[in-house]
Parts: sequence; C-alpha cells; structure tokens
Amino acid sequence: MTKLHIKTILNSEPVEFLCEPVETLLDALRDRLNLTGTKEGCATGDCGACSVLLNRRLVPSCLVLAAEIDGQDVLTIEGIAQGETLHPIQQKLLEHAALQCGICTPGFVVSAKALLDQNPNPTEEEARYWLAGNLCRCTGYDKIIRAVMDAAESMRSDETQ
Amino acid sequence: MQPTRFEAPTTVADAIRLMQAEPGAKALAGGTDLLVQYRMESRRPASFIDLKRIPELVGITIDRKHMRLGAATAAAVICEHPEAKRFWPGLVEAIHLIGSAQIQGRGTVGGNLCNASPAADTTGPLIVNRARAVIVGPQGERTVNVEDVSVSPGQTVLGRGDLLVALLVPCPAPRTADAYLRLIPRTEMDIAVAGAAVSVTLDELGLCTASRVAITAVAPTVLLVPEAARALIGSHLDDEALRLAGAAASAAARPIDDKRGTNSYRRTVVGVLTRRATTIAGRRASLPM
Repeated sequence: MTKLHIKTILNSEPVEFLCEPVETLLDALRDRLNLTGTKEGCATGDCGACSVLLNRRLVPSCLVLAAEIDGQDVLTIEGIAQGETLHPIQQKLLEHAALQCGICTPGFVVSAKALLDQNPNPTEEEARYWLAGNLCRCTGYDKIIRAVMDAAESMRSDETQ
Repeated sequence: MQPTRFEAPTTVADAIRLMQAEPGAKALAGGTDLLVQYRMESRRPASFIDLKRIPELVGITIDRKHMRLGAATAAAVICEHPEAKRFWPGLVEAIHLIGSAQIQGRGTVGGNLCNASPAADTTGPLIVNRARAVIVGPQGERTVNVEDVSVSPGQTVLGRGDLLVALLVPCPAPRTADAYLRLIPRTEMDIAVAGAAVSVTLDELGLCTASRVAITAVAPTVLLVPEAARALIGSHLDDEALRLAGAAASAAARPIDDKRGTNSYRRTVVGVLTRRATTIAGRRASLPM
C-alpha cells in the first residue's frame, strides 16, 4: 500500500512526512516525527492526554488521522515554550507542583493554552469546565486549576505592562 | 484483508461517486464516533471519505429564512456563533453538552445525527426547531425531516452513496424559543440518561400558540411527541399544562433498562425534564430576542 505524502506546518515550521492512509495524528507525531511530548492515554478521545491544536483549535490527536492534516497548521506541546523560556502555564504548573507522574501534563498545557488564547480571564468554573476533558489520576485537580488561574493572571499583567 | 484507504474529495459529487463505488466506504466528519468504532471493532471500512475539504459541508450561513449548518461543521464553531446562540439557545446548549472541549473541536452535528444514537443530544433540539436534513445521493438531492432520519439505533434512512450535506434550521417566528435539558449522573462528559427538547411560540399575551416536544434516550430513536405539544398549545404554560405535557412525554417513552437507568426511572425523569425545559423555553420566548 502506498504511503501518503503529508505537508503541514508543525510548530510553526514546514514539515513533510509519509504516513499510512489510516494512522492517527498521535501515532505520526510520536513514531514518525519523534515528538513524544504528546501522550497516549485512552486513544478513544476521553482523557485529553493527546491534545494538540489543529488550526488553533483544541482537538484530541488520537481521533485525527495524520492524512487529514495535509496543508493544515498543528501546534503540539513541543511548540509551546519559546526556546528555553517556558510558557507561563508551564512555569506555573511547576511552581504549584501541579504534576506527579506527568503523563497528563502536556495535554493540560495545550488545553489550558487554548482556553487562555480565547478567554484570557476565565472564572474558576469556566476553567474547570474547559479542562474537564483532561484527566489526571495523580494530583487531583485543585493544584492544576490554581496553576492555570495563576498563569492567566500573570499573562494578563504581562499584557498590561 | 485490504487496508483501509483515505480519500479527501473537494466536491459533493466526488464524495458521492467514491461512496457509491465502494459499499464499505465510510464518510468521515469529526471522527469522534467513527474512529473510536474503527479502533474497537475488527471490521474495517474499505475507505474513509474525509468530508471537511468540501466547502458546502463546512460552515454556517444564516439568511432570512433559515440557518444552514454544513454537516461537517465542528461543534465548537457553532457554539462560538453569536447569532446561532441568540436564535437557537437550546440547540447551541445541546451542542455544547457533547463531550469535552477537545471533542467539540472535532465532533459535528451532522455526525451526531448520522451516528443515530438514541441519546444524541443535538437531535431533539433540531427536531423541535423543525430542522430538515439535506441529503444528496446518486438520485439527486432530497430533504428529510430530522425526526425521520434515524430509524433505529445506529441506522438511518441514508442509502448507499447518500451524503448528509447540511441541516436547514428555519428561523424562529416572533416570541419563539427552544430549550434542551438532559440528566446525567455527573456534571458533564457523559451520555444522557434521558433528555427533553421543547420549542414554544407565544402570542403577545403569553398564550402558547405552537410547540414541539422531543425526548431523548428513552426509545430506539429520538422521539417527537405531538401529545406533549398539544398539552401546551392553548395554555399559558401553567402548572396544569406542564403536568399534562410531562405526563404525555412519560407515556410516549419506551426506554430500556441498563446501567445508566431503569425503565421506570427514565420514564419519570423524562417527564420532569419536559416540564422544566418548557418553563425555560417559555421564559426565553417572552423576552425580546
């Protein structure tokens, strides 16, 4: 079976790769492009560990075919920090010790970024509802929510400075 | 076994040709049901036909007569549309109840309808808003009332080569509004145990002149319940009318017993949800749009 030739913008860089006709974006990211920051949890769209932004919209990469991203724009966890400088969401997750095993963390970062991109000043309730599609089995959610709310606040104050 | 192929046609005609040529072809919209089924089942479709590169299938247009929802428009896109929210608050709330933010970034209303689950949250609100499904097939185009699309769990009236292209939702008459409520044991991220969608039209004095009621997850398909609507029409949505409408919804329900709820619980709850959704729709209809 001939493989498909996919051209995409991945983390702001043009990327080309070959994939099977039916292969998930998650598998292509991890196994072909060596971007293993995106995690596989359930592989059925329930846990949020594989969250990425497709054309700036939050999607589960386990339910996207790699073939579908031809010509589209994809942002993964690897594209969120600016070089060595962590994104405020990443920094605040560290400061609040809002992770233990870390498998859910990349998904939470991507999902929280999608929230704050469209709503820089969410209520705690809005943040909890938005992040309901990301499951964490270690910390409970309070620390994660506090980190995200804190990140939102620091990003707003950076904006005004 | 042949591996599954992937096609991404850019016209409706090409999509239909591909689906007609291959009995095992599956139309792929958001993939939130289809790709999960693909993983779970040993049966493999011959091909996935991605619909999202066909312009007619993606996007929302509203004119004076109706809203046209491209069948492959992502749920999140609809939820962000200010006019959709204003004119069809119940429908948009139902769309916003589906899965997570991630799932709403992929899942579509057209897919929700074609997946034909009895618990599909968006189908009831489409039905009470008198939405029609635009289906194009080898024989040309036809429109089918949304209540007639699903025939049993997982089964629709779509034949080989048929494609759901769009949903047409008529613009509401003055003082008309909808509402949708469902019961789940959690606050979100779950499948309805029971649901009720209601649309009401009021006159200047608050008398109900038209109504539609549809109930979810209490029968093999989402059911339109004309008896419940009749109980509301001619009333001021007073307690007695609400009680009769709820009783009619409970009487029309023929639910299964399963881990989500027993038959009698679902029957009871669907009556309560019908009353409450009617109250919300009535309040919305009495406010300026």
